[in-house]
Amino acid sequence: MNFPILSTLIFLPLLSSLFIFLSRDKKNHNSIYISLFSSIATFLLSLFLWYSLDNNSAEFQFVEEKSWINNYIKFKLGVDGISILFIVLTTFITPICIISCINSIKTRVKEFLIAILILETFMIGVFCSLDLVIFYLFFEAGLIPMFLIIGVWGGPRRVYSAFKFFLFTLLGSVLMLVAIIVIYWLTGTTDITEIYKIKIPKDYQNILWLAFLSSFAVKMPMWPVHTWLPDAHVEAPTAGSVILAAILLKMAGYGFLRFSIPMFPIASEYFTPLIYSLSIIAIIYTSLVALMQDDMKKLIAYSSVAHMGYVTLGIFTLTKQGIEGSIYQMISHGLISAALFLCVGVVYDRLHSRMISSYGGLVSYLPKYSFLFIVFALAALGLPGTSGFLGEFLVLTGAFQKSYLAAMLATFGVVLGAAYMLWLTKRVIFGTINNVEIKNLSDVNKSEIIMLATLAFFVIFFGFYPFPLMETFNVSVNSLIDNYQLALISN
Amino acid sequence: MITNLNILIPEIFLSLSTFSILMIGVFLKKSFNIIFNLTSLIIIITIAIIISSPNNEEKIFLESFTRDAFSNYFKVLILLSSLFVLNSSKNFIVENKLDKFEYPIIILLSILGMFFMVSSNDLILFYLGLELQSLSLYILASIDRDNLRSTESGIKYFVLSALSSGLLLYGCSLLYGFTGSTNFDLIASQLNKENTGAVFAMVFILVGLAFKVSAVPFHMWTPDVYEGAPTSITSYFAVVPKVAGLALLIKFMFIPFSNILLEWQTIIIFISIASMILGAVAAMVQKNFKRLLAYSSIGHIGYALAGVATGSVSGYESAIVYISIYVIMNIGAFSCLYLLKKDGQYRENISDLSGISKKHPLLAISFLIILFSLAGVPPLGGFFAKFYVFVAVLEREMYTLAIIGLLTTVMSAFYYLKIIKTIYFDDSIIAFEQTKNRTAQISIFASCTILITFFLYPSILNNLVNSLFIS
Repeated sequence: MNFPILSTLIFLPLLSSLFIFLSRDKKNHNSIYISLFSSIATFLLSLFLWYSLDNNSAEFQFVEEKSWINNYIKFKLGVDGISILFIVLTTFITPICIISCINSIKTRVKEFLIAILILETFMIGVFCSLDLVIFYLFFEAGLIPMFLIIGVWGGPRRVYSAFKFFLFTLLGSVLMLVAIIVIYWLTGTTDITEIYKIKIPKDYQNILWLAFLSSFAVKMPMWPVHTWLPDAHVEAPTAGSVILAAILLKMAGYGFLRFSIPMFPIASEYFTPLIYSLSIIAIIYTSLVALMQDDMKKLIAYSSVAHMGYVTLGIFTLTKQGIEGSIYQMISHGLISAALFLCVGVVYDRLHSRMISSYGGLVSYLPKYSFLFIVFALAALGLPGTSGFLGEFLVLTGAFQKSYLAAMLATFGVVLGAAYMLWLTKRVIFGTINNVEIKNLSDVNKSEIIMLATLAFFVIFFGFYPFPLMETFNVSVNSLIDNYQLALISN
Repeated sequence: MITNLNILIPEIFLSLSTFSILMIGVFLKKSFNIIFNLTSLIIIITIAIIISSPNNEEKIFLESFTRDAFSNYFKVLILLSSLFVLNSSKNFIVENKLDKFEYPIIILLSILGMFFMVSSNDLILFYLGLELQSLSLYILASIDRDNLRSTESGIKYFVLSALSSGLLLYGCSLLYGFTGSTNFDLIASQLNKENTGAVFAMVFILVGLAFKVSAVPFHMWTPDVYEGAPTSITSYFAVVPKVAGLALLIKFMFIPFSNILLEWQTIIIFISIASMILGAVAAMVQKNFKRLLAYSSIGHIGYALAGVATGSVSGYESAIVYISIYVIMNIGAFSCLYLLKKDGQYRENISDLSGISKKHPLLAISFLIILFSLAGVPPLGGFFAKFYVFVAVLEREMYTLAIIGLLTTVMSAFYYLKIIKTIYFDDSIIAFEQTKNRTAQISIFASCTILITFFLYPSILNNLVNSLFIS
């Protein structure tokens, strides 16, 4: 197929943002329609891509190549069974964000939509790129719109959070840039399909792996560089938090799978204990911290760090179950955390407070909302029958094959996860009414119920029927592990 | 020997036409407008002459003057940037009563000086060109002669620059004494490590050149002159002499000093690191936009010098690409300043920018693009400039230089973000006048368009620069 479907997918949102930029639209209705329309079109296009992807091949498909920098760095795009899911997740979450901003964004709506659409372009670009430089380009470029989203539409401490987010991430990734250029001089290419074939010398692997880690650890975020995340989440507007939690955090997990493990198998093996310990600390420590939060968004942010701990743990078990579980966990966390942030956004738009103490007893006045909230809370703690369970279960299965200690401690984290989520539900949804204003609140409106119900449907659907996802990445994961084992043996 | 004067046509045309318009200025009253427009015309014609002239290397006047692809590229870059700087600042010049007819003429003379600098293949010609340029710049810095700060900056620049010229001249005479020639090619063949006196001379020449491009530790004049001189002059200072200075520096490294690579490399690495760090740290606390741009330009010169420090052709190429993109960004940034007018006064404090995103969304987004590009965030042009430099640096396995360079990128991102914060996150205080400064708007638009679309064809500039060293 010659039609550049991936480029179209990447640049469609950018094009529509240009359209919005040039349109004169005082009431913002057209802007919302244009962006919604284009993001849904992008979603459908990505579904078509998913549908036409050959699941039985671990090769990159729909590959596009164009000479870019002096013929030695190519603009190369392609997808396989792993990346397609993240692309679909991105294009699925973006329209939801756009719907959510109808209720929550009151000022400069046009600019907000432009920022979201440009961000979507960069996010899709990250998951499509098959060249290290292109990957870095999109990976970093996402900082600009996110910085503005937090800074312009954020809460009271938005400036601090936006700066912290930007500088932390930039600092993490400059070392990755050094590593990318070093790889270029070592192998003569930045095309990752070529690099997979060339073995990077053993003495370089460890240091390069660490350079990549410095970027991914910040983005993931892993303990101890996770501190930007709660700040960014708390201050960002709802749509910003949703994108941050659902997609931006997944870039790092994707990066581990796409770059760290296949390019540096020996280093990945060598540093497994480091990743195990950091993941376990993330799971236990941030779960405990989450217990102590009185801000809902902060609590969910810390729970994200804990969930990402499972992801890193699962990836570096380097077993089939572990990696599949991690991917599953990332997708399901993308849906669940997005939904939880939307839930917080719904009540925040009404009461303008994120504090747990301002709520309580919502169940008597907002029954529909409470039902949806409980569904997502249960999914977040990994109740069987929701997508959250499968991911964690597979990760733990993988972990038990490698290290009993790590698996035991991670399992303990599951209990803590249940503790903070249930306690949150108890204090917000049930319990006594602390705040008289709750009696005047209206239940979820139409646009909110569309967003939340869609998410709830998929959370439960993928809880019972994981087949469509598993089927997609199965072959790619198998080949990833085979190549890794091969590299270790040949060493 | 019959000298082929065809090679000199751009210089001859430039000098003759400069003196012709000087005559017009002397005999015609209120001739600023006419002379200004003629200047633009002269610049455009000179560009056309240079572009249409062949690129093969030829040397005339006992091999003291070279015309090759390298010098032609820099001449065009100098002319183009002067054209944009001059035209976007015209309103500013007129409104601030700087519209003396000498203004454009002196600019043309400084361009002539730079022409000889980038074409020189001989110490004497190089020094003459440099002095012609510097003398013109001293006058320009203090052109607002009734303004205390402008005169101060002129004097400051003159005193320090004269000192550095003296050092440079001393270095030249030492070099002549120890190698027996003033010709670059002959010097190159005479120079080696054992020739200690000549190595000593090299240090003096480097100091002089570092002063001209305002690299640390010879940068002290930059912030004061940038702040004191009128903005139209500052934008000229920030762009054009830097290009010529860097061209000269590369030329010195490439021809006369190519045999003593290790000796000068250490010095350049130090200057580069110091410039990057000082540029990043000192700019953080600045409140005046022009002063901030002064420190930012010091930092940027540090990155360009990192490319030079590699001592490889790819490093020189990356430095040339860097300075070209730097020119584009700075023309954009200064053009933005010409739109910040309130109550008949041009504002230059960062705090004056607060909240302009609400009242002037297009100006704000231009600022955003230019500032993120200056910070080197992908996918804007500034990222590619840095990328090429670090590719060249890492090719030579200079890991320390690369890592320090990238860390200072993060530090410098902080103060660019601070300006963006003022523009986008703060509440509006003042609204600026809707100035009809079309030329400045065109410059901003051109600069932003190039910076945004650069990632589509990032190798255009590279291919062009590549061809400069194939001869």
